Amino acid sequence: MMKTNLYKLICTGILIGLTACDRPLSDDVEFATYASNGDVFLDGFTAGLNYFPFEGSKLDAFTVDSEVSYDGEASMRFDVPNFGDPGGAYAGAIFPTDSPRDLSGYDALTFWAKATKAATINEIGFGNNFGENKFLVTKTNLRVSTNWVKYIIPIPDPSKLIAESGLFWYSEGPEDGDGYTFWVDEVQFEKLNTVAQPRPAILNGEDVEQSTFTDLTIPVTGLTQTFNLANGVNQTVNAAPGYFTFETSNPGVALVNEQGVVTTLNEGTAVITALVGGVRAAGSLTLNVGGAFELAPTPTRPAANVISVYSDAYTNVNIDFYNGFFEPFQTTLGGDDLNINGNRIINYTDFNFVGIQFGRVNASAMTSLHIDLYIPEGINLNANSFIDIELQDYGSDAVTGGGDDTVSRIKITADRLETGQWITLDIPLSDFTALTTRTNLGLILFQGSAEINELLVDNIYFYTE
Amino acid sequence: MKDKKRFIPMLRVSKSKLALLAVVFAFAACDTSEEQTVAVFEDLVLEDNFDQDGAPDASIWNYDIGTGENGWGNNELQYYTSRSENVSVQNGYLLITARKENFQGSGYTSARLLTKGKFENTYGRYEARIKLPYGQGIWPAFWLLGSDIPGEIWPQIGEIDIMEYRGQEPTVVLGTVHGPGYSAGQSISKRYELQGDRFDTGFHIFGIEWGPEYINFYVDDVLYNQITPEDVPGEWVFNHDFYIILNLAVGGSFVGSPNAETVFPQTMLVDYVRVYESNGQRNF
Repeated sequence: MMKTNLYKLICTGILIGLTACDRPLSDDVEFATYASNGDVFLDGFTAGLNYFPFEGSKLDAFTVDSEVSYDGEASMRFDVPNFGDPGGAYAGAIFPTDSPRDLSGYDALTFWAKATKAATINEIGFGNNFGENKFLVTKTNLRVSTNWVKYIIPIPDPSKLIAESGLFWYSEGPEDGDGYTFWVDEVQFEKLNTVAQPRPAILNGEDVEQSTFTDLTIPVTGLTQTFNLANGVNQTVNAAPGYFTFETSNPGVALVNEQGVVTTLNEGTAVITALVGGVRAAGSLTLNVGGAFELAPTPTRPAANVISVYSDAYTNVNIDFYNGFFEPFQTTLGGDDLNINGNRIINYTDFNFVGIQFGRVNASAMTSLHIDLYIPEGINLNANSFIDIELQDYGSDAVTGGGDDTVSRIKITADRLETGQWITLDIPLSDFTALTTRTNLGLILFQGSAEINELLVDNIYFYTE
Repeated sequence: MKDKKRFIPMLRVSKSKLALLAVVFAFAACDTSEEQTVAVFEDLVLEDNFDQDGAPDASIWNYDIGTGENGWGNNELQYYTSRSENVSVQNGYLLITARKENFQGSGYTSARLLTKGKFENTYGRYEARIKLPYGQGIWPAFWLLGSDIPGEIWPQIGEIDIMEYRGQEPTVVLGTVHGPGYSAGQSISKRYELQGDRFDTGFHIFGIEWGPEYINFYVDDVLYNQITPEDVPGEWVFNHDFYIILNLAVGGSFVGSPNAETVFPQTMLVDYVRVYESNGQRNF
């Protein structure tokens, strides 16, 4: 009897507990729902809309223009500065709202635009709120003309936008050095019902196969969504990972998180794919995961004797870019991409040549340049294989050009190259014979012979013994 | 003697459509002949609901095979086949699929079905419920071609395009007639544009009501054009037997060629094809 009573008591206790947790919602409860207002800028800022220019942009590039409008009383006017404008190098801003909006009932951001000349707006879209930008959408290279035209930026998956505060954003620089003005009007989210035939893609729709190692994190890039519009145009936008549902074929080998970042766990093969709104994305990432990757030797020189460009062992100077694009022949992809247990490595694919801009660095007190290079296994080196390394000093004006730059290049010949292991280079700066000054070093460039189409780089630093 | 499929008549003319008809005919009565009467086409004489999986019903459909002469007269790029890759019935729908593949010297394959020799008829209400494909260079059609008349060739035999569509204009269809003196570029045609919708995202009904002195063109419940003998600059040749054609062309002078962005395969889905005669049709 006692037993039963105890049991009953426990049961009652559980029941009470459950009841306590499960109590019905009070009639006073209100679920958090957000305004479904799709208006952004019709004749002025809609309720709660803000203007935040990007750092380094021309802060007064945006004004409300009551002289020019497509419809109604006013439009958004954007004055793109000339090259060299002391007010800012480009025009760019976000237009977030104080409180999020529920935009899930719309299928596109639409607006009318015209410009003082035919131009190409670098980036324009929505989903940027200086926060996570989880649902960022960017239309790159939007062509505008001198007459008003309606533009449609489709929402990759409207069901995601139940609480979006980034209603509009743009970034545009001078065209061939010249600024100009463009106007945008009637900016709003619309349910057009003619945004159709979704064709999402990862890795720009390509099926990529990659050999890699365990304990790596690899971001899935090239995320786009394409819709066919009523006028027959296929409109492609860059879409944030938040719109995608990522999948791995082999979670024992590689995992992928909701940000589209893959982590390799064990040897084997895994295929990473994705969906947007239930539609299978074109493109896939097949990872052939080998064993653990051997890191480059950790530098041991005292920090006081080192000016570091790129190394986890030192404090580095600022890097402007890891993969400056030199038209028209450069094919190199990648940059500061690899992260092995917190150890960052520069990873170049489709490599032919590439430049890293940094600094500027005054290496006049330094005697040598240290670089660790890694050419993956599977690349067949031959007697004529080489890697050129070039240093550029930007001269007293500290910028490229201006007639005071000096450049010098050295060649690492085939006898010093190997695959599948780190190649440690300690190069006397005096070998860069044409480098008459090294007080404003700003660029290091790598160029390889044709067969070297993948290259890892780590521990770039100047030092003195 | 015509080989007609006879079925139990069905009343499918909605009240709204009757009202539309009445309006149009009232209009026509003022402008043309005082003698015309409203015809209600409700005697179902052909129906294919594509309910049997496999090949289409051989008692109704034939195929055009190959490239015809000069791409069926239009520089079309596809090779028509009757293979299941290009034409099949699945889950209650007829699927006509255009594929990008090298086949018999052509770069694309597709299919063209016709009722020639199996169902040829004069006058009636012809309609089909179709979900269209999309993309530059994609050219589906649901149309009628005049039966062979000894010694006469197109356009004298007549052509009624119930629905033509350019894949690069996914919101627009065209209804057209071709006859002597008004064919090809000079055909009598009208566009119908959907507002806030498109033809490749859902099914739409495309139809005509064809009587002795008129052809009415409609999409869903919208009657968007009427063509009468007064509208054509030549002889009215729509008073003899015609047969039905369903096809999905690729490229050709009407649409231009597909481009790198055209997605293949593309499929036209047909839910049904129905033909109704007027109860009083024999009195026309």
